[in-house]
Amino acid sequence: MSRTLHDVASGTLFGVALNYQGLLNQRLAEFEQPPYQKPPVKPVLFIKTPNTRNGHDGVVLHPAGQRLQPGPALGVVIGKNASRVSVENALDYVAGYTIVNEFSLPEDSYYRPAVKAKCRDGFCALGPELVAREQIANPHQLSLKLFVNGELRQQNTTANFVRDIPRLIAEISEFMTLHAGDVLITGTPEGRVDVQPGDTVEVEISGLGRLVNHIQAEEQP
Amino acid sequence: MKHARIRFEGQVHQAHVEDFNAVRLADGRLLAEDQVEWLPPATGNMFALGLNYADHAAELAFAPPTEPLAFVKSPGTYTGHNQVTWRPDNIVYMHYECELVAVIGKPARNVKREDALEYLAGYTVCNDYAIRDYLENYYRPNLRVKNRDATTPVGPWIVDVADVPDPSNLTLRTWINGELRQEGSTRDMIFDIPYLIEYLSSFMTLQPGDMIATGTPEGLADVVPGDEVVVEVEGVGRLVNRIVSEADFFAAAKEA
Repeated sequence: MSRTLHDVASGTLFGVALNYQGLLNQRLAEFEQPPYQKPPVKPVLFIKTPNTRNGHDGVVLHPAGQRLQPGPALGVVIGKNASRVSVENALDYVAGYTIVNEFSLPEDSYYRPAVKAKCRDGFCALGPELVAREQIANPHQLSLKLFVNGELRQQNTTANFVRDIPRLIAEISEFMTLHAGDVLITGTPEGRVDVQPGDTVEVEISGLGRLVNHIQAEEQP
Repeated sequence: MKHARIRFEGQVHQAHVEDFNAVRLADGRLLAEDQVEWLPPATGNMFALGLNYADHAAELAFAPPTEPLAFVKSPGTYTGHNQVTWRPDNIVYMHYECELVAVIGKPARNVKREDALEYLAGYTVCNDYAIRDYLENYYRPNLRVKNRDATTPVGPWIVDVADVPDPSNLTLRTWINGELRQEGSTRDMIFDIPYLIEYLSSFMTLQPGDMIATGTPEGLADVVPGDEVVVEVEGVGRLVNRIVSEADFFAAAKEA
């Protein structure tokens, strides 16, 4: 695990759900119905608690009797405290980027907070390293690929964000400060796949490298 | 014993609280309550419970939950005793929520309810303000309602587990400007603290400094700039907060 990344990105891990157009559009009809009533107006946010932190080459435990799904995502590491920043200035608050694998149990519903699905130990891998903002010419033109045992299973591009990074930072920092070291997990695209104990899971993002994790069965208490 | 985290002359101290809320620093100095800046006594994540009192669930027109409804708060939303919280401009309804908070003292994973209290550092109080105008039906209650800057007063201190012999029989009260507006008892909780520790630790490790905010009874009301809001849990603490306008809050933040 890269020391630099985990030293810098030591704050709160904030996730954004439904931030890929394909994923949101798939469910728009459902979102007009109860319990949702209407599509989301503001970014749909969640928190990955510190016990979920995991690193490059780390083991992710597959809970018995559950389905486990990787969540390939671009991670934005905040470089200085951002409170009420404008879209125009938002990228000044970014230290750099990393790969996030935001593991989750499947989400059938978005109505209630997904603590049980998303806050299990080791369910948020970050790495392999922090890439400085200046090294990524356009964070909205990055390809995202998920490999399971070497086979390509999911791919998309950050061009398909619902909200781009400056807009996310502006809308979130309107009501809460994004602190230096916080990580904004910009969303997982549609098409999450199931993985099994023994699988090797890799997320590749252009310019950021490859984040590798190993799935093992969780022992019963 | 009561354990506080305070700032005095620019330094953060762990301190003990004595009679009349005087603060005893580790070096022996004794300071008055209004001489120190009270900080949140713990800084882990907070697992807050929604609809955990049957009367409050009815007040919001919800059937009581069959599984705990927990949502997560991050440290940026905490503030301490005697601090301010901002009411956003142009909203209709911002309400307080007086809650008993269990503070975790050691890593807890797969803990049974009969052993749960061994994992506690103690108890504190929080005021889990909500801006109801911003409710959306996605991960409800969403972060824009519940995780705003300085909108969760916590404290004033952590009181030892041994000093609260029966946490399931404590009176909770909220006053606005001295007028009693909310009163309930922890005996009406749907899921009690041992149950909540067993539940959360069944799928994750609770960490020292994490907190479980156990929900609020009925009796909610709107608060506006200028209001002094006091939440009290009997035998645990009395937490004071003042509401300021959005403009005043951010002007003060800029100066700091």
